[in-house]
Amino acid sequence: MASLRVTGLRKRYGTMEVVAGVSFEIKRGECFGLLGPNGAGKTTTLRCVLGLTGPVSGEIRLCGLPVPARAREARMRVGIVPQVDNLDPDFTVAENLLVYGRYFGLADAAIRGRIAGLLEFAGLAGRADANMRDLSGGMKRRLTLARALINDPELLVLDEPTTGLDPQARHLIWERLKALPQRGVTVLLTTHFMDEAERLCHRLAIMDHGRLIAEGTPRDLIARHIEPQVVEVYGEDAAGWARENASRLSSRFEVTGETVFCYLADSDPLLAHLDEQRGLRYLHRPANLEDVFLKLTGRELRD
Amino acid sequence: MNAAALLPSLNLRFVAIWRRNFLVWRKLAIPSVLGNLADPMIYMLGLGYGLGRLLPEVGGVSYISFIAAGTVCYSTMNSATFEALYSGFSRMHVQRTWDAIMNAPVDLDDVLLGELVWAASKSFLSGMAILLVAWIIGLIASPLALWVLPLVFLTGLTFAAMGLIVTALAPSYDFFLYYFTLFVTPMGLLSGVFFPGDQLPAVLQTVAAVLPLSHAVDLVRPLLLGHRPEAVVAHLAILTAYLVVSYPIAVALTRRRLLK
Repeated sequence: MASLRVTGLRKRYGTMEVVAGVSFEIKRGECFGLLGPNGAGKTTTLRCVLGLTGPVSGEIRLCGLPVPARAREARMRVGIVPQVDNLDPDFTVAENLLVYGRYFGLADAAIRGRIAGLLEFAGLAGRADANMRDLSGGMKRRLTLARALINDPELLVLDEPTTGLDPQARHLIWERLKALPQRGVTVLLTTHFMDEAERLCHRLAIMDHGRLIAEGTPRDLIARHIEPQVVEVYGEDAAGWARENASRLSSRFEVTGETVFCYLADSDPLLAHLDEQRGLRYLHRPANLEDVFLKLTGRELRD
Repeated sequence: MNAAALLPSLNLRFVAIWRRNFLVWRKLAIPSVLGNLADPMIYMLGLGYGLGRLLPEVGGVSYISFIAAGTVCYSTMNSATFEALYSGFSRMHVQRTWDAIMNAPVDLDDVLLGELVWAASKSFLSGMAILLVAWIIGLIASPLALWVLPLVFLTGLTFAAMGLIVTALAPSYDFFLYYFTLFVTPMGLLSGVFFPGDQLPAVLQTVAAVLPLSHAVDLVRPLLLGHRPEAVVAHLAILTAYLVVSYPIAVALTRRRLLK
């Protein structure tokens, strides 16, 4: 059974259609990623899915229930990690969990019984009585994750869960998130870190201008949308070199500043040629999700 | 959307929000109690005894007896308004507490009802503290004064509901100064808190007659002085009308702000 099914979702603000006909489905126990540049409509899609905004057109079934008609009941079985920290600054770690559990109608005894396990899971064991001001950004993020699990949800929704965290903190969050699908928890996350999506998501969709423009497993998307090899060429005259040679030696190339990205299936002729060039350096690597993302959504800044 | 959906929903889920605010208050109770109670108390005692010495009688009683009733109402109004404005705005906009709550199976209407009842509860405490001091210094004439308890709670609900409208419209904390300067403070002066309303020019008396605070004062003062207020039903009806009109407006405006 699907934990979430979205069909033909549309949402507009004034004359701007922020979500312009989005459909996707997430199976139970699957980790699904929604990728896209800023302003692509990811957060609005999440708000619609959770029944936090209306009116919308299209059909949403969250944990089997229609949204927005029965959104509140559906959220009973959903945990949410929002983009912006909204822990209660006046409460300790344990009080944050206790008070949040009450919003689900859980009895205090039942919540207290879960707190130790959740803190253990979030790497916060022994911190139950710590105050918010004594927690690092990574610890707060993990506490928000623990808070989202207080109701033992079927679906966990995370909006950019590791934005602003250092590598150590990100890896710890990833480890925790990887463990969830194995316990049967469905995960829906938005991110613009491609390595995050590649590591965590069984399946993902790339969103831009309110539409899903590609969908599949990370491996699928790379195979389907982009050449398997990438050679990045650097140097003051990289652009001049590219004008003369790049189209001959690669199947597709892009120039940004002093870097040329060459996409190709067989890299041997290009590498042999580059080894003879003075003043150019290069990096040869397999194509990744970021290449797909930039190909599909372009390189222009989105502010 | 049908008409019923436009009205606020009233559900017991609000209790969890009330308990959240109560837990914060309990942790910060000492500074909060001092701020909430010391200020009106100083006004009541300072003006009551200081200014009172210069005045023979006000409204047929000593000035301290006169101002005690006004202070109960004024303090209730201020406390409910502060909570609905500054604390409500913190939780809505700055700390994003409401966002966190609405991610749980709780609706915005539940959050607002929690805030309304919480602000009234906190203001009830402020009113009660003044009442207690008034009783200790012998300003309360009879058990009739017990009727002030539900009245203070109603007054708190009314001003909390009005305050939530302002919060729903506020771009920042600065906005609240307008509400205090243009509405709350003048109302305090026009509503018979510090001096009898009949001292005012006729035009201002007419204005005062439609202000909610003057109706609270007109009910509470006689009860503290030991006699039955006049026109009880009319006063109660006006206070209640402010509540039942303001609250749905506050809910509609907040929905428009947060659920768009």
